[in-house]
Amino acid sequence: MYSDPSVARFVQDNFVPVRVHVRDQREVFQRLGNRYSATWTPTILIVDEGGEEQYRVEGFLLTDQFLAHLTLGLGKAAFKAGAFEEAEKWFRQVAETYPDSEVAPEAAYWAGVSKYKATGDAAALAETAARFERQYKDTSWATRASVWRSTKAG
Amino acid sequence: MAIGQMTIAWTSDFDKALDQAREKRRPVLLDFSAAPM
Repeated sequence: MYSDPSVARFVQDNFVPVRVHVRDQREVFQRLGNRYSATWTPTILIVDEGGEEQYRVEGFLLTDQFLAHLTLGLGKAAFKAGAFEEAEKWFRQVAETYPDSEVAPEAAYWAGVSKYKATGDAAALAETAARFERQYKDTSWATRASVWRSTKAG
Repeated sequence: MAIGQMTIAWTSDFDKALDQAREKRRPVLLDFSAAPM
């Protein structure tokens, strides 16, 4: 997955990259694998500066799907840190750059939540619900957003 | 290396990576791999 230049660039620009080989670095793998319950390869974790896991990818993915997951993970990490504007930026990047990816509906949902958390304006939730009536209608994320349809601004 | 290509500067020192994460204000990508390195 990392041989693709776009993946390498994205990883280098947005993360501190750590790689542990499960056989060649047995001691390190034993320590970190146990700590994070990594029982399969590839397992890719996004870990915040406090060492807390924020997102997990298990199994091989093609380039665009992998980038979509990593971008979603950056959004989740920013959201957890309370950086809602940054989180919204990452979530919208998933939905706009990888609209057909498996995580795009989830990203669209959290983009709306992040905007609401950043602004306090419930119109962000109503807009998100309206978007799900046009796009990703048959996903569980559309169901989750459906309760916001009648949400009023402010 | 061709122009525009980039390789990832992997480390296996997780504790040092957490320090760098705090300095750079970006998360750690922790990859458990069985592929040849």
